[in-house]
Amino acid sequence: MAIRIYVSRDAAAQALGADETAAALLAAAGADIELVRVGSRGMVWLEPLVEVTDAAGQRIAYGPVMAEQVTELLGAGLLQAAAHPLRLGRVEDMPYFAKQERLTFARVGIIDPVSVDEYVAHGGYEGLKRALTLDGATIVQEVTDSGLRGRGGAAFPTGIKWKTVLQQQTAQKYVVCNADEGDSGTFSDRMLMEGDPLCLVEGMTIAGVAVGATQGFIYLRSEYPHAQVALEQAIAAARSRGYLGRDVCGSGKAFDLEVRMGAGAYICGEETSLLESLEGNRAEVRYRPPLPAIKGLFGQPTVINNVISLASVPVILQRGAAHYRDFGMGRSRGTLPIQLAGNLLHGGLVEKAFGVTLRELLYDFGGGSASGRPIRAVQVGGPLGAYIPESQFDTPLDYEAFTAIGALVGHGGIVAFDDTVDMAHMARYAMEFCAAESCGKCTPCRIGSTRGVELMDRIIDGKEGQGGIDQLTDLCETMQHGSLCGLGGMTPFPVMSAVKHFAADFARKR
Amino acid sequence: MAEIDSEHTLTVDRILAAHAGRLGPLLPVLHDVQNQLGWIPSEAIAQIALGLNLSRADVHGVVSFYHHFRTHPVGRHIVQVCRAEACQAWNCQATEAHAQKRLGVDYGGTSADGCFTLEAAYCLGNCAAGPSVMVDGKLYGRVTPQRLDTVLDDWSKR
Repeated sequence: MAIRIYVSRDAAAQALGADETAAALLAAAGADIELVRVGSRGMVWLEPLVEVTDAAGQRIAYGPVMAEQVTELLGAGLLQAAAHPLRLGRVEDMPYFAKQERLTFARVGIIDPVSVDEYVAHGGYEGLKRALTLDGATIVQEVTDSGLRGRGGAAFPTGIKWKTVLQQQTAQKYVVCNADEGDSGTFSDRMLMEGDPLCLVEGMTIAGVAVGATQGFIYLRSEYPHAQVALEQAIAAARSRGYLGRDVCGSGKAFDLEVRMGAGAYICGEETSLLESLEGNRAEVRYRPPLPAIKGLFGQPTVINNVISLASVPVILQRGAAHYRDFGMGRSRGTLPIQLAGNLLHGGLVEKAFGVTLRELLYDFGGGSASGRPIRAVQVGGPLGAYIPESQFDTPLDYEAFTAIGALVGHGGIVAFDDTVDMAHMARYAMEFCAAESCGKCTPCRIGSTRGVELMDRIIDGKEGQGGIDQLTDLCETMQHGSLCGLGGMTPFPVMSAVKHFAADFARKR
Repeated sequence: MAEIDSEHTLTVDRILAAHAGRLGPLLPVLHDVQNQLGWIPSEAIAQIALGLNLSRADVHGVVSFYHHFRTHPVGRHIVQVCRAEACQAWNCQATEAHAQKRLGVDYGGTSADGCFTLEAAYCLGNCAAGPSVMVDGKLYGRVTPQRLDTVLDDWSKR
C-alpha cells in the first residue's frame, strides 16, 4: 500500500520551496507514496515540512526539507519514518503546537483542504447540520452567547451584527466575507482560506441560514492568488455535494457563494469601502449611519465579517456557545489565531485563548529574535497598531487590556523588531502608508498624512526641535478625531506610540 | 486605435459578454481585461464604459483608484517587492534597493530589456519569512539581495 506523505500547499510553504520538495518526492518515490497537499501547520521556520505516516498510522514530521535533501532522506529511511537529524516526531508533541488551543484552526495542516469527505470526517459540517435544525433567532443567540467578537480588529460582537440583519424585513440580504487581509504581520485569514477553506464556506452558510441571506461574497485581496485557487476549489466541491446551492443539505434553504477579487487597496479592509468596491466603485468610505447591517451591499441588509470571525462559527454551532466562551479572559472570549511575524526565530501561527502575554508569545513561542539581538519594539495589530516597548510585554492579549495601554489587538498580528530599528523611520513609514492608501474622501486623512510625511522628514533631518514634536502631536489629534474611518483615525497610534516610547529616536542626530 | 488592435477589441467584447447580468461587474471585468491584455488601455476603458452603461470618467476613476490596475504596458514579468513593516523587520530595504539597482528602475518602471516591471506591495501575507517577493503570482520568502538575483536570473529566461 502506498505510504501517505503530507506536504503543505500553503503560500508561505511554497515560498520556501514546498512545491519543489513535493516534486522531488514524487520523482524519487512516486510509485511508493500517496502525496497529499495540505495546509500549513503554522510553524513557518520548519517549512517545507514533510509528514510521513508510520507503521502505527502516526504522522511523523521532518523539516525543513529542501528538494535537494530528498534523495538523501529517502536513503536514510524517510518512508519508514526512520531517525534523521531533520526528524521532528509528531507535530502534536512539539511544544510550539502542544501548547496551543486550536478551535478555528483545528483542521488546518491536517486535511486535504478541498476534500469534502476529509472535512466531514474531521467534524466539518456538523455545525451547519445543527444550525439547520434551529430557527434564525436561536442561531444568532448561540453566536451572541459564545462571546465571539469581530476578529478583523474592531471586536464588535458578531451576534449583535447578525441580529440587526435578521430583524430587517427585505426580500434580499447578503453575507460578505472581508478577506482583504492587508495588515502587515497578519496571515491567519490566508492560512485558513488555503488550509481549511470549507470551514469559511460553512461559517458563511450558517450566517446565511441564520439571517435569511441567500447569496454570499468573499472579497479576497489580489495579493492572495493561492487562496483564490483553494476557495474556488472548495466552493465547487461544496456545491457539487449539495452543501451550497438552491437546497442546502435538503433543507429547502438556498445559499451560494462567489469569490470577488480586490485590486490592491488597503482601504478595502474597512467594511463600507469594501462594499463600494464590490459594487464596482472607487472604494471610498461611506458615512455611517446607515450601518451595513441595515443598508449594506447594493442597499440591502448585509452581514459583513472577517474570515476568522466567520470561520469560528462552525465550531461554536458544533460544540455549543459555552464551549467556545469557556476559553479566554474578561470580555475577550474564545481563541485568537495569533500571527508571529517579523524578526522572530520561530515565526508562524499560534492559536491561543485570550490572556496569553506578549512576552510568552515572543519568547516561549517565538524563540526571541531571529537576529539574536534584543527585541526592542513590537507592533501589534497591523500598520494602525501601536508600537509596544519591552516594558509592556507582560500585557495579556485581551481587547480591553490593550486599549488600556493605548494599543490594539486588531487582527492578532505581532511584528517584532530588534534594536537596529529606527522608530522615527517607522513613524514616518506609518504616515507614508496612510498617504499611499488613503481613499481621499476626508481631509484629515488625505492631507494630514501627506503633511505628516513632510513633518517627519524635517524631524528626521534635525530641522525641528520640540516644536516639531508638538506639531506632530497636534496633527495626530486632528487625524484621530477628524477622520471618517480607522485609516486616518488610527495612523496616529503607531506614530504617537513611537514618539512616546522611543523619544530618543526622534531627537537623535543622523 | 493606436494602442489597441481589433483583436483586443474582440477580447474586451468577449469579457463584457461573459459578465453580462452580473451584480457589480466592473472589477471582475477590469481584472479579466488586465489578465488577458496585461494592462488596461484607454480604448478598453471607453469600450467597457459603453458596455456597462457607465461614463468613461466612472471607469477611469475606478481604474486609477486601485494600485493593482495598470494603464501602461508592462514587461514580461511582474516583480512585487513587499515593503510593509514585517518585511522591514527583515531588512527588506536592502532587497528593495537591490531590485531597483539591478532592474535600473524605480517602482512602476520596466527594465530596459522589457523583462521585468517592478512594483511595490504592501504585505504579501508571508510575514514570518520575509523579505517577501512575488513574481507573476509565485511567492518567494527570505529574499536577500543574493536570493533575489537567483530568482530573477531564473525568471529572465522565461
